Amino acid sequence: MKTQLTLKLNGKTVNWEGDSSRKLLDVLRDDLGQVDVKCGCREGECGACSVLIDGLLVNSCMFAVGAVDGREVTTIEGYRDTDRFRALDKAFADVSAVQCGYCIPGMVLAAEALLAANPRPTDAEVRAAISGNLCRCTGYNAIVEAIVEASEEGEGLW
Amino acid sequence: MHQISQHVMKKDHREKIDGTALYVGDFTQQGALCARLVRSPHAHARIEAIHYPRFPEGYYKVDAADVPGENIVHVVEDDSPVFEADEVMFIGDPVAMIIGPDPALVDQLVAATVIDYRELPAILDIHDSDKVFFDYHYHKGDIDAAFAVADKIYEEDFQTPYQEQAYLETQGVIACFQDGQLTVHGSLQCPYYVQAAVIKACGLSAAQVRIQQDYTGGGFGGKEAFPSFIAAQAAVAAMKMPGKSVRLVFDRREDMEFTSKRHPSCCHYKAAVKDGQVTALDIQVLFNSGAFTTLSPVVLQRGIIAAPGVYNVPNLRVNGQALRTHTVPTGAYRGFGAPQTFFAIERLLDHIAADLGQEPIDFKLAHLVKQGDATSTSGLYHFPVPLPQMVAKVMAASDFRSKRTAWAQPQSGRVRKGIGIALWFHGAGFTGAGERDHIKAVVRLRKLADGSVEVLGSNTDIGQGIKTTFAKIVANELDLPLELVNYHNPDTALVPDSGPTVASRSLMTVGELFRRAAVQLKEQWQDGVEQVVEEHYHEPDFMLPFDLPTFHGDSYPTFAWGVAAVELGFDSLTGQNDILGCWACFDVGTPIDEQIVIGQMEGGVLQGLGYSAMEQMAYDSTGRIRNHSYSDYIIPCAADVPKLDVQLHVEEFPFGPYGAKGAGELPLVGIAPAFIAAAEQALATRGLNHIPLTAEESLAYLSAGQKELAK
Repeated sequence: MKTQLTLKLNGKTVNWEGDSSRKLLDVLRDDLGQVDVKCGCREGECGACSVLIDGLLVNSCMFAVGAVDGREVTTIEGYRDTDRFRALDKAFADVSAVQCGYCIPGMVLAAEALLAANPRPTDAEVRAAISGNLCRCTGYNAIVEAIVEASEEGEGLW
Repeated sequence: MHQISQHVMKKDHREKIDGTALYVGDFTQQGALCARLVRSPHAHARIEAIHYPRFPEGYYKVDAADVPGENIVHVVEDDSPVFEADEVMFIGDPVAMIIGPDPALVDQLVAATVIDYRELPAILDIHDSDKVFFDYHYHKGDIDAAFAVADKIYEEDFQTPYQEQAYLETQGVIACFQDGQLTVHGSLQCPYYVQAAVIKACGLSAAQVRIQQDYTGGGFGGKEAFPSFIAAQAAVAAMKMPGKSVRLVFDRREDMEFTSKRHPSCCHYKAAVKDGQVTALDIQVLFNSGAFTTLSPVVLQRGIIAAPGVYNVPNLRVNGQALRTHTVPTGAYRGFGAPQTFFAIERLLDHIAADLGQEPIDFKLAHLVKQGDATSTSGLYHFPVPLPQMVAKVMAASDFRSKRTAWAQPQSGRVRKGIGIALWFHGAGFTGAGERDHIKAVVRLRKLADGSVEVLGSNTDIGQGIKTTFAKIVANELDLPLELVNYHNPDTALVPDSGPTVASRSLMTVGELFRRAAVQLKEQWQDGVEQVVEEHYHEPDFMLPFDLPTFHGDSYPTFAWGVAAVELGFDSLTGQNDILGCWACFDVGTPIDEQIVIGQMEGGVLQGLGYSAMEQMAYDSTGRIRNHSYSDYIIPCAADVPKLDVQLHVEEFPFGPYGAKGAGELPLVGIAPAFIAAAEQALATRGLNHIPLTAEESLAYLSAGQKELAK
C-alpha cells in the first residue's frame, strides 16, 4: 500500500510516496541517494547506518520509513556544516581515529547524540554511548579519545 | 623517535568523516543489474540438472556454460571454479548467478531456480579428511637423540576456531564490459590478483582488463583472495551483457556465512626437557582448508615457520598439513597461520614452566632467541631481538609480578582475577622467496610540471593508512609539502604492479621502493617538466636464500616483535569474564606515523581479544556455518574493553624506509595465549588449550573450584 509522507531531511522538506513499512535505511540510500548513510548489516547490530531522528540516535535499518512522517532526519551530510561537527572532525583528525572509515559517519552522529545529552562525558560514558556502533579497525581507544577531546575543546557548543 | 613519525592528518580523513567517500555499495543502482548467487544447499553433492524459471525480459542466468575463458578462479593452485558445473563441494558453493534490474525480482528468481542434486558423503572434520592439500616437513638438529636423553616429555593438543574478519563493509564488486574493455571496481586489497583472475575466467588480455579499488571498509585479509571470486563471477556476467554494470554486493549474512575466514587448527606438540631447558619440539599442525586450496599453502607455511615461537629450541621436527573438508574455504586473516601456532607454543611453555615450578615468564625469558641465533628454518635472526626490554616495559606497566603473585593464592569472593603474558614475532613481509620469485614489485613516481608528485603503486589503503604513510615517505625525501604528494585508490590501468596488500609488506617493502624512487627523482629533478622514475624490488644481499622444499634459509628478512599482558576478572556467579586490562609493547621498527601505528596496534589487539573471548563460529551437523550475523557472531564493542595500553619499542630495520618493519598483522598474533594464561590463573585450572573461552565453560571451572574449597 502506498503512503505519502513528508519529512525534513538534512533541513530540506522531502515528500515521499511508497510502502511505509520499508526500512528508512533503504529509502534513504536507494530512493533519496543518501549514501553517506552506510549499510553494514541491515539488521540493527552494527550502527553504521545511524541517523538522528529529531535528535535521537537510531539505526535507520530498524526504523520503518512511515514512522518519520513529519519528523526531522539528520545524516552526516546535514551535520557536517555545523560547528559541532567541526569540533568532532578536528578531534577525530588529531588522534587519527579514522581507519577504514565505514563506521565513522554513524560514529560521529552517535557522538553528537551523546554530547547533546551529556556535554562532558567520562570515558566510560562515551564507551557506553557508542557501544551500538561497531568498529573493527581501531580498538576504540582513538574514537573514545576523540569524543572526549571534542567535548573539552568544543566547550559551550553542546 | 624519527621526525617522520610525527603524526599528520590522514590523507583520507576528510572524505571518510564527512560521508563523501564512495564504497562500492554506494555507487548508484540506476541502470545497473543486480546479481545474486544461486548456492549449494549441500556440503557435497553431484549436480544432476539445473531448472531455471522462465525469465522476464531483462533477467538472465549466468553459470558455468557462460564462462568465456577457463572455469577457474586463479588464486594459487587454481582448483576452484567460477561456477560449479558437476559437483558442489560446500554449503554455499556457487552454481549460478541471476542478474536483472530489480533486486526483489532477482531474489524471487534465485528462489525459483531448482537444482537436482545427488548427495554424496560429506567430510566435515579434518580428522576424517581424505585429502591432504599440502603436507610440509622440516627439521633441525637431532630430535630423536634429544627425546632419548630427555628428563621429561610433555605432550599437548591445542585447538583454535574460525575467526571471521567482520570488516564493517561487506564484499562487493561492480563489473562492466564495454567496447572490448572489461572494468571491475570494488572493495579489495589486491588489484592485480583480481586482474589475473578475471583475465583467466574471461579469456581476455591484460590490456583489456582494468581493476579499480574503491574506498574499502576494512579487509584484514578477507579481501585478499576472495574478491577474485566475485570479480570473476561478475565479470563473466558483464561479458554476457555488454554495456551493463553488473553489481554483486553481499549482504552481511551472505558475507559471514560464505566468505573465507581464519583456518581452524589442531596442533599436537611434544616437548623434550633436559636440565630445565626445552631441548626438542616435535610438532604437528593441522589446518582446515575447507573445500578448496585458496591461500592455504602460504598460510600453512607461515604457521609452521612460527611453530617454535620466539624460543631457541635446537632440535625441531615440524609437520604441517592443510586438509580438505566439505566446508567453506578458509583463507587469509591478519596473522595468516601464525596465531594458531603461537597459541600452541605459548600455552605449552606456560604449562611446562608451571610443572617445573617456575613462573612462565621467567621460563620463557630463559629460552629466548637472540640476534645471531638460527631461526626455525636455519636462517638467522640478523637483527637485535628486543623482547627482554619489551617484556620489562609490559611487566612494569601492568604491575605484572605483584598481581600474578597475589592471584596465585586461592581466591574467594564474587570476582576471580588472573593475569597472563605472551611473547611473539611476526615475520615481516612475504614468506620465503615470494617477494623475489613471485611478486617482483615495481613502483613509479610521476612528478608533474606543477611540482606535485603522484605516487603510483597497486597497494590499497584499506584503513591502515598507506595513502598517508607512502606520501609522507616521498614528501620527506623530496622536501616537499605533504599536500603536493598524493597516492590514490589504485587502478591497474594507471599504476604498476607493486604487489598485493598482504603480509605486512606494503609499508616495509613497497614503502622502501618509494623512498628509493624519491631519492632517484630528487637527483634528476628539473623544475617545470613532467618526470617519471621507477624502482624494482631486489632481495637484500644479507638474506640466506629460502628453499621451500626443505624449508631452509631466511623465511623473512626481519621480524616484528610483540609482548602483551591481559588481566581478566571472572564473575563466579555467571562465568562471564571482564577484560580488566591489556598492556602491550610492539616493535615494528620506525613508525612512519606514530598515531597510525598505535591505531593499528590497538585495533589488532582488540581483534585478538575478540578471538580469545567471544568470537565463536562453527558449522552445524550439515556443514553449514551457524553464525551469520553480528547478533550471533559477537565482536567486541567499545563497552567490552577498557583503554588498551600500547607502547612502541623501536629497533630500526636498515632495509625498511627510515627503519620501518611490517606492522599490520603483528598485534593480533599473540593475544589469545596471554588471555588464556590469565583465565587459567583466575579459574585456578590448567590445560585450557582452546579458544574462545565461553562463560559456560568458565562457570564449570569456577563451580568445580567451589566444590574443591568446600571439601
